[in-house]
Amino acid sequence: MIGFVGRRLLAAVPTLFVIVTLAFFLIRLAPGGPFDLERPLDPAVMDNLRKVYGLDLPLWQQYWAYLGSLLRGDLGPSFVIKDFSVREILGRGLPVSMLIGGLALALATLIGVALGSIAALNQRRPADVAVIGIATLGITVPTFVVAPLLQIVFGLWLAWLPVGGWNDGAVRSIVLPVMALALPQTAIIARMIRAALIETLASNPVRTMRAQGLGRGVILIHALRGALLPVVSYLGPAAAQLLTGSLVIEQIFGLPGVGRYFVEGALNRDYTLVMGTVVLIAVFVLAFNLLVDILYAIIDPRVRHD
Amino acid sequence: MLNWRGMCAGLAIALAMIGSAASQSIFHRGAAGDPESLDPHKTSTVVESDILLDLLEGLVTYNAKAEVVPGVAESWSVSADGLVYTFRLRKEAMWSNGDPVTAGDFVFSFRRLLDPATGAKYATILYTLKNAEAVNKGRAAVDTLGARAVDDRTLELTLETAAPYFIAQLAHQTGLPVHRATVERVGKDFVKPENWVSNGAYMLKSFVPNDKLVAVKNPKYRQAASVRFDQVIFYPLEDRSAALRRFQAGEIQYYNDVPTDQLKFIRANLKDSFRLAPYLGTYYFVFNTRKAPFNDARVREALALVIDREFLAEDIWGGTMIPAYSLVPPGIGNYGAPAEMAGKALSPIEREDRAKALLKEAGYGPGLKPLTIEIRYNTSENHKATSVAMADMWKPLNIEARLVNSDLKSHYALLREKGDFDIARAGWIADYSDPQNFLFLAQSDNKGLNYASYANPAYDALMQSAAKEQDLGRRAAILRQAEVLFLKDMPFIPLMFYGSKTLISPKIAGFESNVLDRHLTRFLAPAP
Repeated sequence: MIGFVGRRLLAAVPTLFVIVTLAFFLIRLAPGGPFDLERPLDPAVMDNLRKVYGLDLPLWQQYWAYLGSLLRGDLGPSFVIKDFSVREILGRGLPVSMLIGGLALALATLIGVALGSIAALNQRRPADVAVIGIATLGITVPTFVVAPLLQIVFGLWLAWLPVGGWNDGAVRSIVLPVMALALPQTAIIARMIRAALIETLASNPVRTMRAQGLGRGVILIHALRGALLPVVSYLGPAAAQLLTGSLVIEQIFGLPGVGRYFVEGALNRDYTLVMGTVVLIAVFVLAFNLLVDILYAIIDPRVRHD
Repeated sequence: MLNWRGMCAGLAIALAMIGSAASQSIFHRGAAGDPESLDPHKTSTVVESDILLDLLEGLVTYNAKAEVVPGVAESWSVSADGLVYTFRLRKEAMWSNGDPVTAGDFVFSFRRLLDPATGAKYATILYTLKNAEAVNKGRAAVDTLGARAVDDRTLELTLETAAPYFIAQLAHQTGLPVHRATVERVGKDFVKPENWVSNGAYMLKSFVPNDKLVAVKNPKYRQAASVRFDQVIFYPLEDRSAALRRFQAGEIQYYNDVPTDQLKFIRANLKDSFRLAPYLGTYYFVFNTRKAPFNDARVREALALVIDREFLAEDIWGGTMIPAYSLVPPGIGNYGAPAEMAGKALSPIEREDRAKALLKEAGYGPGLKPLTIEIRYNTSENHKATSVAMADMWKPLNIEARLVNSDLKSHYALLREKGDFDIARAGWIADYSDPQNFLFLAQSDNKGLNYASYANPAYDALMQSAAKEQDLGRRAAILRQAEVLFLKDMPFIPLMFYGSKTLISPKIAGFESNVLDRHLTRFLAPAP
């Protein structure tokens, strides 16, 4: 197992390198630059700015310089959020995104597995129909509809919770964003668990257990282990996505996370910020894929990595 | 509907629980986004302007009506030729660390703005100063700039050519001073809260992007006694609908935009908390005058004539815009009533007939050459709807219009680089209240902003003679002639003037709508 992890970590280095290189040149292909505003600049002023930020150098030199500073852990200055370096921006925002995303993920897994199990055990009965209905709704109604609805119901009508804001991480302030973020994930997980569990419950080992007269609880625990496999492989990329923030959730609830930087950085042509988020997301995706593979080996003894 | 009273009670309890904060008066101020920097020399938009005007004070500043009034300078005199301005600085003007604000601070700040090494993107606004352009383009040493400290309290600014709008320009955020000793000590980190030194009504306490910026009252400010809020918190809110909900919940007390698609609801429910007022900004489309048939003034006039601006302003923009028949918005300083497009008085049918005749003269119409036009706009629901409406209004002229959409950066990159286009959306918000700040958009030497590539020597000559004219009345007359010429040539189609859209809580007193939509927190107070 240790050898497997080591090999995977080594393989991640060239992968990251390719991602960084591709991203670096792709964003430069987009027309315009970080200093194109609604009111354009005098060409002389533009030249001054490009010089200050080293954008006047040939592209390959900029690329080389970027790789060098990346190896030193320096992500460069942001072109658009000028008072902060990219490292500061991502460093401050990441804990916020990870907290919201982590809680949403935990909530979604707990409720999703519970609902999915209930549905599978009550196949084609009212409970099952209800869960499928809720799950379909959760998947089809987009977050940018759910989030404002939550704000209106809990923030304005009932006035139980703040409509938005981070308030230094106050519990009251993160309830609604976590709910909004968890809802579609809960629905997806519930559907996956239901499908997988129905299949596992009909499998030979489970039938054997039933024949031996084991209790419903014991059977469920064994069956769930098998049913969790597809969910685990789904949760890897999902976790990477949730923990690196959501643009919609952060904008609607006014949270200082990192989710918005990828989209905003790209739209603003904030080259260094885009690169920083690309590196961040790539690291998360690689890490969680590795984690999924390890978990697979633990849950399913048939999978051997060595 | 909404349980305002319950929410207020809840808020009051929450505030009381914070304890010490309960005795503090806090203004919760929504902003359209995060400031791109707190370095006044590196900013350009109103988001930074709103924050910086609370933190710093220039030679001149704005009052509650956004009129330019003395700031750090208590008075000034102008030489007979209009070239030399001598400012007398206030004795009581002080930085928050106790240092006096000196003429040397301003000399340092102006030099810093124009030094190419600073990379100040809005440096061009003060090209009015002598040698400023040469300094900024690296052709002259920084110390040749026309800014000199005669003594600590006397500042002499020399201009390149006379400019009656110079005092108004100084009120722009690029004219704000920075604390020299701090900038020299910590460099660009002077914007961090731990280093920040203010000379305005508030001091920077903390700033977390996407979260909030907190500023506290500056006890050393020259008029600290009249500053009523102990704290002002700026919340960056890019989602206008979310901002509206937070305003309704009382979490923010001010926001300067509304979701246009919810205007009906806002008007019905927010009543006096929603204020619409004229704003110094023009929404227009530019023709590519280098390209046929848009190099023909008759074609441009015809296209401009048939657009129903009332429909655009009322139905598409929900009454938040004002129909425009001139480039310069009404209510601007140093001008009087703007000139107006010749065909304004005509009925829609007469306008259509006139447009058809003009097009026929130019060789387009039934039986003649067909005309197809590409309308370009940057991503926005309202720009799209406006473009669709324009295409529809041109249909009776047998014109086929296609829409092309691109994101903001690509759109303006294309215009700036004089790429290929037919007609494209643009807009301009005044930096200072003077007609020159709009009419210079069509000057042939304004390479950056004259997207139409309009070049009319007669127009340029009028603009130059206006710049030399010291008498404001005569100057206004010359500028109006220039605008008449502009409207005859119609290189841009002015469509609408912007309006300011304000959400202001009834708990806030002292708010006055104004054409620049500038509202310094020091003029606001908790309502009695």
